[in-house]
Amino acid sequence: MNRTTWDLWVGIFVAVGIAAMIGLAMKVGNLTSTHLGPTYRVYAYYNNIGGLKVRAPVKSSGVVVGRVADISFDNKKFEALVALDIDTRYQFPKDTIAAIFTSGLLGEQYVGLEAGGEEEMLKNGDKIEQTQGAVVLEKLISQFLYSKASESSTAPSAKSENKTVE
Amino acid sequence: MSENIVEIENLSFSYNNRLLHQGINMCFPRGKVIAIMGGSGSGKTTLLRLIGGQLKPQAGCVRVEGQVVHEQDSAGIYRLRRKMGMLFQFGALFTDLSVFDNVAFPLREHTNLPESIIRDLVLLKLNAVGLRGARDLMPAELSGGMARRVALARAIALDPAIIMYDEPFAGLDPISMGVIVNLIRRLNDALGATSIVVTHDVHETFAMVDYVYFVSEGRVVAEGSPKELRESCLPFVHQFVHGEADGPVPFHYAAPDYLQDLLHA
Amino acid sequence: MLEHLNTSLRGIGHRVIDRMWRLGVATRFFITALALSGESLRRFHLVIKEIYFTGVLSLIIILVSALFVGMVLGLQGYNTLQKYGSAEAVGVLVALSLVRELGPVVTALLFAGRAGTAITAEIGLMKATEQLSAMEMMAVNPIARVVAPRFWAGVISMPLLAALFSMMGVFGGYLVAVPLIGIDDGAFWSQMQANVDFHEDIVNGVIKSCVFGVACTIIALFEGYDAPPTAEGVSRATTRTVVNSSLAVLGLDFVLTSFMISP
Repeated sequence: MNRTTWDLWVGIFVAVGIAAMIGLAMKVGNLTSTHLGPTYRVYAYYNNIGGLKVRAPVKSSGVVVGRVADISFDNKKFEALVALDIDTRYQFPKDTIAAIFTSGLLGEQYVGLEAGGEEEMLKNGDKIEQTQGAVVLEKLISQFLYSKASESSTAPSAKSENKTVE
Repeated sequence: MSENIVEIENLSFSYNNRLLHQGINMCFPRGKVIAIMGGSGSGKTTLLRLIGGQLKPQAGCVRVEGQVVHEQDSAGIYRLRRKMGMLFQFGALFTDLSVFDNVAFPLREHTNLPESIIRDLVLLKLNAVGLRGARDLMPAELSGGMARRVALARAIALDPAIIMYDEPFAGLDPISMGVIVNLIRRLNDALGATSIVVTHDVHETFAMVDYVYFVSEGRVVAEGSPKELRESCLPFVHQFVHGEADGPVPFHYAAPDYLQDLLHA
Repeated sequence: MLEHLNTSLRGIGHRVIDRMWRLGVATRFFITALALSGESLRRFHLVIKEIYFTGVLSLIIILVSALFVGMVLGLQGYNTLQKYGSAEAVGVLVALSLVRELGPVVTALLFAGRAGTAITAEIGLMKATEQLSAMEMMAVNPIARVVAPRFWAGVISMPLLAALFSMMGVFGGYLVAVPLIGIDDGAFWSQMQANVDFHEDIVNGVIKSCVFGVACTIIALFEGYDAPPTAEGVSRATTRTVVNSSLAVLGLDFVLTSFMISP
């Protein structure tokens, strides 16, 4: 065993190790697929962001066009302020709607952009006027229950029928 | 430049609350081979460590070339140590390095010499201890005596002014012992160094040294040339030199009366 | 009764103080090793030699374990996921468990067992055979010459080994999922790529393995350096290396994960 053998083996080891790291980043991770170029930043106010996280994707027609850069709370308007970094390759009209959607029934939340029809495009620092907050499951359920309750109070006979069936 | 390269003055040292040395005075003149002798556990090796600055004394001091060792900062101690070579009891060779690399170690650490000169110097030192042919062996392949000689070559690699030997004869066969005795004297005279030999082998030591200190119970009990000591009538020296089982150093470890002890059981 | 309580309390106190004292000594040792690293980084071949002993020689055990861990994850994951009709997600499961947790943690545990014990035993024996003393007497600081190169070798080796572990584990999971069970090749990889994030998962995994590298190596070095210079002392120190490294790795893993998961 001498120095050149050690050098050779260590060289192989380091090269293979670094290759494994790059391989992980490329093959296993999403470094290649979601790498964004230069971005511009736009802002949007939401009454409720649900479970939206920083670095969540911004999609349009299902294609990732950007990422959520920052989430904060505006203490004057009492609304959530979300900053979006959008790839400069993609331009959107001023009247674009930015809504928060959920991928699948219980999946992660993302911002969906629906392009409007205006001529003028969004620029860096602009604010998206038309937004739609997250759908909160609890609200949906309670709305559903309320409507059921009001339904049952107007038609008590139907409910009693149900009971007999059970 | 004083005549004594190492001076020990009124040195006291205790370890784990056990007083090992109390008020030791020694001096080591340049160019001489001096032995420190004493029974096992009398703190001889500790003296070498005090000279090398690995331990700090509680009182008194060790001076190497006029400088007080324990008052130096670590850089100063390292500067002093570069003038010293030490042969450890069982050689303490670096087991992961070959014989050649072991001897080259101090040269590579302390000098920026090119590899070709290091090679020449290492072969020179190995030749001096007669092991030039063993340069490619690993320490595990050496006999005890050979390991000791390689360690000696390593200790003199930087041509030290002081060479310290910690039990250089322990566990060696008579032939290897003779070789080492011969080497200690020859190297000392060839390098113009001062040698300090810690040992308890009377006959080998008396054959080569210029001066002997006897240490017992933390004190210097006798000193003089081998000839003087051989004729000494001090009881301890007499017992030690002639290897008698009983004398001032008792055969029995301190114990209550034997008969009492037996009856108590 | 009171006497008994008194002695047991004193025993606890003594032990705590002793542990804290050792922790302090270990921290000082760590700082000294860092401060004296200059020489070993200048003479980098010293580090390279140690990377050979800690990194290259650990490769076999790391790669073989990773293959089996990945294959087991693939089997178990498929077994559970197919009940919910999402067998394709097995790639995600394998990759995320490996990259986030098992890669760094199991690598560190294996490293402590394979390389850590070797380091402790080597340094303990160097101390027992007075090699470290001899070095000091040659005016060479053993922390700079023996400890620091091994420390950097461990710190460099660990992330590389962890990356190889994760890669090999993913390959093991692929072997089970695709050729053996018959999950679609494209779905396996695309689901994986869609759900493994570069920053959140892969970079954090590398950070973890770097931290584990520092912890495991310094524990192994300290235990060796601190071992009583006897056969028994060295063997105990080797045991302590494995125990302390494992505890440190699992504890640090929790701390790091809690920092990484909270936004």
